[in-house]
This record gives sequence, C-alpha cells and structure tokens, in this order.
Amino acid sequence: MKKRTMETSLAGHSPKLIRSIERRLFLKQGLSLGALALLAGCDLTDDESVQKLLTGMSRWNDGAQAWLFNPNKLAPEFPESAITKPFPFNAFYSVDEVTLVDGKDYKLELEGLIRDKKPWTLPELYALPQTSQITRHICVEGWSAIGKWSGVRFSDFLARVGADTSAKYIGFKCADDYYTSIDMATALHPQTLLTFRFADQILPPKYGFPMKLRIPTKLGFKNPKHIMSMFVTNEYPGGYWEDQGYNWFSGS
Amino acid sequence: MEAAQAQWVKIHPLIVRITHWINAFGILIMVASGWRIYNASPLFPFRIPNELTLGGWLAGALQWHFAAMWLLVINGIVYVTYGVVSGHFRRKLLPITPRAVFHDVQEALRGRLAHEDLSVYNAAQRAAYLAIIVCAVVLVFSGLAIWKPVQLQEITAIFGGYESARVVHFLTMALLVLIVVVHVVMVILVPRTFPTMITGRARRAS
Ligand code: HEM
Repeated sequence: MKKRTMETSLAGHSPKLIRSIERRLFLKQGLSLGALALLAGCDLTDDESVQKLLTGMSRWNDGAQAWLFNPNKLAPEFPESAITKPFPFNAFYSVDEVTLVDGKDYKLELEGLIRDKKPWTLPELYALPQTSQITRHICVEGWSAIGKWSGVRFSDFLARVGADTSAKYIGFKCADDYYTSIDMATALHPQTLLTFRFADQILPPKYGFPMKLRIPTKLGFKNPKHIMSMFVTNEYPGGYWEDQGYNWFSGS
Repeated sequence: MEAAQAQWVKIHPLIVRITHWINAFGILIMVASGWRIYNASPLFPFRIPNELTLGGWLAGALQWHFAAMWLLVINGIVYVTYGVVSGHFRRKLLPITPRAVFHDVQEALRGRLAHEDLSVYNAAQRAAYLAIIVCAVVLVFSGLAIWKPVQLQEITAIFGGYESARVVHFLTMALLVLIVVVHVVMVILVPRTFPTMITGRARRAS
C-alpha cells in the first residue's frame, strides 16, 4: 500500500531521484528499527534467530579460546600474604544448603574411556603425591579471590588410571547435582589439580568436600566441587551453567 | 546539471562512513551488554538500571559482548588501517595543538561553532575523534586483560593485574560514553553534518 502511494506521488520524477529518496527512507527506517530493537533489549535476546546467532558465536569463541590455550602457560601464583580472607562462598544455592558428603563411605567413580575403573576411596586419594598452588579464582560475574588448594596433579591421576587422553572431554557429576565438563588439553595442564585441601585444611563442605577440581586457567564455575564421578568421552557433555547459555570453554 | 553537481564536495570517504555506522552499532551493543555484566558484580556502589542494558541476564549479556567484540575489532582494524595508510587521519585529524583545542572548545561553549566548512574538522572535533580512537584501543586491551588474565597475562600485567584492569576497562568505557554523548549532542546542534556521514557529500561553503 505504502509503496503504491509513493509511486503515484512520485510519478513524473526521474528514476534517479526516486531511488535516492527511497534509499534515504530506507536508511531512516533502518536506523529507527535498530534503536527500537535495542530498547527491547532482552526480548531481542530471546528472538530465535538472534539466539541462534549468539549461540553460534559462543561456539566460535570456544574454538578461538582452544586455539589461544597454551598448555605450557602457567597461571600467576601468589605469596601466602595475598590470600583473600575470608574466601567467598559461591554456588547456585545458599551456604546453608551446602551438600554434606559422608567421607567414610565415599568412593570416586570412574566411567567412560578409562582403562582402570576401580573406584577410589579418600584415604587412597590422600596417599597420592600432593602439590599446592596459590592462584586467583576468577568468577564469571567479574569478582576474583586468591586461595590455596592442595591435591594431586590431575594429569598424573589420569595417567595412573589409564584415561584415554586422546579423547576430547572429561565430564564431572557432583553430589549437589551440579555437572560440568572440560577439554582434554586443560585437564592435562600442569596446574590443573584434583584438590582435597583448602588453606592447608581438609576441604570444608562449603568449598567442595570431598574434592574440587581446581583449574586456574578457567573461570570459577568450570571448577566442579563435591565430585562423585568423572567420565572420559568424545561426546560433548555440556554443563549446568553451560546448558543455560554460559560459554563452554570459559578459559582465563 | 553540471553546475548543480559542482556545488557538492565529497567530504567523508565510503570506508569511513561504513565503518563509522558499524562502529556506532557495535559500541551500542558493547556498552549496553557491558552494563549488564557490570551489574553481576558492581565495582562501584551503584548499579545500571536493567532497562538500559542488553542481554536479559548475565549469560545473555556475555553472549552479546563476546559476539560484538569481533565485529568491533575487525571494523576498528579496517578503519584505523585505512586512516593511517590513506593519510585520512593526517589530513583530517592533524595537526592538533592544545591551544587550538582550548580555543575551539571555548567557542563551541559560547555557541559559536567553528564548523562552517564541513570538509574540515575543527580542533575540538579532532581532539574528540582522537580521544575516541585512544579510548577504543585502551578498551580493547583492558578487555583482553580481563578476558584472558592467564593466556594474555603480559597484557594484564600492563594494567597492574586483573582487578585494576577491570577498573581501567570500566573508567575508559565511562569516558568514551561521555565523549560520544557530547559528539551526538554536537551532531544535533549542527544537523547539517548528519546526512554527510551517510551520503559522504556536503554543499560547498560559499
Ligand atoms: C547515533 C550516534 C552517532 C551519530 C549520529 C554520529 C554522527 C557523526 C557525524 C555526523 C560525523 C561527521 C561529523 C562531521 O562531519 O563534522 C561523525 C564522525 C565521527 N564519529 Fe560519530 N556518530 C555517532 C556515534 C559515534 C560513536 C558511538 C563513535 C565511537 C565510539 C563515533 C565516532 C566518530 C568518529 C571517530 C568520527 C570521525 C570519523 C572520521 O572522519 O574518521 N560516532 N559522527
């Protein structure tokens, strides 16, 4: 309708002029459409094609970060004096809802592409060679805190149980129903530790008893706590936050 | 026809016009989504009203931020490369002296805008555009510093560590937004400039 009235009223004018007026109208409408779309911020994010584009870019960013990841680059370590006290608690529930795991009956289950799937008790895990690190934990929300964790080098543990380190992913299932997964290159990084102690004490429940996988090359939510079982796989396992839209790789 | 055309002069190259509007769109997305990310853990004792932000929640805002950053960086590289290689920056943003900037800003404040000839930027404009370019570069590097404080820790160290890089990123955003607001107000006050950034042409000052 609109187009027709415009053609009639412009009848007799040169096609060049009409084109130029149409172009200007298009630009004007385009600009105000863009402004409107942005005003409706969150609705825009929910739009299906927009969401598809954003998810696609997030996958692209997974690839870019995997490419950028240098297996020999170490996260900065800090002196004891730099440790943040008190260290913040953070989870998808509040501190009085923390899951309590019974250490006596506990056994770490191994699944997937692993040669020796014998479950591990806590005394067996504590008997493995232990190392410590004081590193910065960075949250996806932006805040950060420095803490000290101790445990077994994850790459040593994977070698000991005969994990297929040519597989793509390692997934984790946790006692609080949290779950996440990481890439094999990060799992084998020398600072990725399966930790049982925080600040030289057995991990308290709020920091992830009986164990937390500490990955200083990834954001905090990629560091699972209360791990009950882990599996090595080539099929993308996703994660609790990742399945809701947080970037999967989330490297630091 | 010949005579009519002779009154028009080309003042903004096509590359500058295209990159300018892609940039304006990209900056809008980065700022609006960045404000939502800020709200997840505010550095200062205030929050940005959610109505002004983009993304709906933290994950959505992060998706927008880390998608638009590619658009903005690639676009910025095209603009700056063109600006340097073609001589566009040298021709239009230089020379610039503190004296001239001071003088032109005062004139502008008195409502006497030194922008008769649209093919020449006055000193206040030159200062604003150069400041925008510097801010954008600082934003990109402080952004890399907080996105990759392990892999790109050398960049993070330049800003004095992760926490201070966050502060630099936020304050540079604030400065850029301030300059852009002034920039848009000036365009509204001298509306003749607006179509020139679309068509590239202005009527010759006579
Ligand atoms: C809706 C918002 C905007 C409008 C209406 C607008 C309009 C304009 C106009 C009309 C000019 C030409 C000025 C003249 O000829 O005197 C210009 C130049 C410029 N604008 Fe914007 N602008 C906007 C947003 C932005 C943003 C967000 C940025 C950067 C963050 C920006 C950076 C620049 C720069 C650097 C120039 C100089 C370009 C060159 O010659 O290399 N503008 N803008």
